[in-house]
Amino acid sequence: MFEAVVPDEINALAMERLPQLFRGWLDEFRGVSAGAPDADEREDGSPLPRSGTTLDAAYAPDSPFGALVRLPVIAGAIQSLVGADPVVDHHFVHIKSAGDLHAQGLHCDAIIDQGPAFDIQLFWFPHDVAPGEGGTRFVPGSHLRRVNMDDVARYHHLAGEQYFTGPAGTVIIFHQGLWHAGAPNRGARDRVMGKLRLNPTQPQVRLWDTSDLAARNRNDDHMFARMEPSAVATTLRHSERWYEPSSHRLETVQRSHLWRYLTGDDSFDVDWYLTRTERRAALVAP
Amino acid sequence: MSVRQQVLMLWLASPSLDARVLGWSFFDGTAGAGPQPSADPPYDSGVAALLDGWRLLQMSPLIPPTPGHERETSFLKHEFVFERLIDV
Repeated sequence: MFEAVVPDEINALAMERLPQLFRGWLDEFRGVSAGAPDADEREDGSPLPRSGTTLDAAYAPDSPFGALVRLPVIAGAIQSLVGADPVVDHHFVHIKSAGDLHAQGLHCDAIIDQGPAFDIQLFWFPHDVAPGEGGTRFVPGSHLRRVNMDDVARYHHLAGEQYFTGPAGTVIIFHQGLWHAGAPNRGARDRVMGKLRLNPTQPQVRLWDTSDLAARNRNDDHMFARMEPSAVATTLRHSERWYEPSSHRLETVQRSHLWRYLTGDDSFDVDWYLTRTERRAALVAP
Repeated sequence: MSVRQQVLMLWLASPSLDARVLGWSFFDGTAGAGPQPSADPPYDSGVAALLDGWRLLQMSPLIPPTPGHERETSFLKHEFVFERLIDV
């Protein structure tokens, strides 16, 4: 999470333009704009880019999303996660009206996306969001679960889940698989949130500052043997309050697979789960 | 006076009914006229719900992992469904 990273003038621009974008999308969805000028020619200066447009060409610098993705901190985060040349999947504007007490069902976006490569989603809150004012509900540690869309809507309360609250200009970056939902807005003003999904176009291998990686990336860190507090494994071993203990171990394995992809290190492991089984498998003649 | 159903779903830390609660949902056939959960979670375990008068309707079966997908995670595994009947 990047708290209050977006300057006030860009947030103000978003508060002016994002609701227009939402209404523009509604018109397109309903077919109201059939026969109107092409989306790329919209007069509001913030067109709906076509899916697959490179990020640097998708938004004018003086548009809300264009200004957002050009902020050095945000641009750096994007590059660290999906590389220098991501493409836009889509953006969307979520408006939770004041007094709308409907709790959206928990879900992940799109479908079940296979493989370790992942998209990122930027959630941008251009105004202050206080508790109870519609801040997005999300479930930490849910992103690697294989579920489809709102098949998790049955879960109304999970231990450790969170509701976003924070100052204007805060941006949260989620893995595409993270469970989330729109929350009731008991506040006095509409809650506006801009969401931008980006696809990588290159393997997401060591795209971030890896200057400290070698010293921390040992594969023999084991919770029942020797552990180094600074090891990557210490982070990846973290459990969530809503995990069953047995699932926590499987989550650790899934995180190890993801870390192998991100680092290009096929020997990486946490708590020896992968290593012992891979070594045993190598003993068996095909 | 008529009878309405309230449904409580608990997801527990293990397949045992006395395991701790990880998550919960409440569905109210009385539209608020009956007693409501007053804590989050409303009970610490499935057995605690029984002690308060809830009746167990269903629990998740123990299903062997799908071959080739043994290490994947998906839905919460240990789901318990309770009901109580309320005069309204």
